[in-house]
Amino acid sequence: MDLKKGTLRQVLLITDGCSNHGEDPIAMAALAKEHGITVNVIGILEERNEEYHRKGLKEVEEIAMAGGGVSQIVYTSQLSQTVQMVTRKGMAQTIQGVINSELSQILGKDAVIEDLAPQQRGEVMEVADDLGETMDLEVLILVDASGSMEKKLATVQESLIDLSISLNARMGFNQFSLYAFPGKREECEQLIDWTPRLNTLSSIFSKLSSGGITPTGPALKVALAEFTDRLSKRRMISGDEEYIEGSGF
Amino acid sequence: MMRNTSKAQDFKFQAGERIVGKWHHHEYTILSVLGAGATGTVYLAQHKSGKVALKVGFETPSIISEVNVLKHFAKVQGTVLGPSLIDVDDHVADGTIIPFYVMEYLDGVSLFSFMKQHQQEWLSVFFLQLLSDLQLLHQAGWVFGDLKPDNVLIVGPPYRIRWLDVGGTTQIGRSIKEYTEFFDRGYWGLGSRVAEPSYDLFACCMIMVNIAYPKRFEKLKAGNDQLKEAVMHSPLLAPYAPVIKKGLYGNYASAEAMKQELLSLLHKKKHVMPQQQAKTTVASSRIQHKKQSRHNKRGVAFELLLLGTFFLVVYFFYLWSQSM
Repeated sequence: MDLKKGTLRQVLLITDGCSNHGEDPIAMAALAKEHGITVNVIGILEERNEEYHRKGLKEVEEIAMAGGGVSQIVYTSQLSQTVQMVTRKGMAQTIQGVINSELSQILGKDAVIEDLAPQQRGEVMEVADDLGETMDLEVLILVDASGSMEKKLATVQESLIDLSISLNARMGFNQFSLYAFPGKREECEQLIDWTPRLNTLSSIFSKLSSGGITPTGPALKVALAEFTDRLSKRRMISGDEEYIEGSGF
Repeated sequence: MMRNTSKAQDFKFQAGERIVGKWHHHEYTILSVLGAGATGTVYLAQHKSGKVALKVGFETPSIISEVNVLKHFAKVQGTVLGPSLIDVDDHVADGTIIPFYVMEYLDGVSLFSFMKQHQQEWLSVFFLQLLSDLQLLHQAGWVFGDLKPDNVLIVGPPYRIRWLDVGGTTQIGRSIKEYTEFFDRGYWGLGSRVAEPSYDLFACCMIMVNIAYPKRFEKLKAGNDQLKEAVMHSPLLAPYAPVIKKGLYGNYASAEAMKQELLSLLHKKKHVMPQQQAKTTVASSRIQHKKQSRHNKRGVAFELLLLGTFFLVVYFFYLWSQSM
């Protein structure tokens, strides 16, 4: 696989867990992974209400594990740095997965980077770092806008602008798209179409009316459909685009 | 799957424990914990050659990246910037691979505790030392990235500021991966997270701000002047205020340019600072200098007069000899 041409595709799910409507989000994440899309999850805790979130925490971890991505639980105040850290870790993990599968081809089944002597690891890692810096990246952000998340949405918005600042410092090209669930009319609604920068986010969440349901599974399904649509459209135009599959995981 | 390495996160070495590398077979005895960070734990360890710092990582990739950076640091010639790298290896315990690396042990105190015990003048010394080191690093094509008091150490005497954790070091032109909000210009809306010299210079200024405001402070919603005002309102930062402000707003192209302005600012301060002695000595030396130059002018005139008189006398003698 030619990594240099590839694009990393990620779903970034920001939720407090506790989905209660539609398809199983863990199954949807596993499905996304099969399509070469990594699902990273950030679980937001509220300082006061830990009991309520114990249930959500488990879901957050399971979705990320099924989606081949990274999960992290944070308090609202630390969100900005976590969003960028999780995105980067998710990228690194996908790249590492591809590198590990390449290593298996050279060194034999189930070879991992630890099988190399420390000197050689350095060279492999430089390749991985280069890819993380230069590969194109598409992040579809899924924000849980259900009732329990309402007070946190201002911080979420701020952290997404911050993510854009971080990723746009990379040499590779970035595209972001933002969805919220539940939407005003549908289970999941697109708020911002694909754009290279997220700096014009002012009060995007305000037009949402937060309902009682949390359709995390259906939202992941919409994200997957969006990626596959986009990919097939682009295939029709250029015909040669390859994308990374997180094999090796 | 990253085989077994996730377990390393829970791994803790006890004092007295012996570690033998799988690849190079060097032996280390754990003495104590020096510190724990986001990517791993640093232990003080005993090797037959002396005391060393041994870092055990949670994940292999981040440890490898740090080792790569330390190797690049070794290539920056002339001065020793970061701790020097001694060994890289794996420790195997119960089938779990625990990657570690060994570096020079820097014995010193934190910037905060040093400043508590010493006079304020030291701040300018460390500020200048930091800028000199940054200049060398930038010239070599690297940016430090996560520059903050936690990542530096004061060693000595003779006292010198040294870099402790170089994990955030990034090639110029790439994106900053590790940062701490208070020291990150992106957080304050004062620039991008592209690794360039001005990114480090901002963080360097924020270290000064942090010394003046040890508890730090959060970003207010409105206004970009918050940092400027913080600098203005601190008596400790007053002597450096013009340079810090320029550094915060990305107005220096290089660490060297900033250092030169800081030097001339510190020098200039001597004329206006209330320190009487400095003022008078500088002033009087100036007057002397002026006197000297005036004296020189007079001397030249006198020499011309003497020369003129000499020729006149010679001419008279000539006339006298002709008339004889």
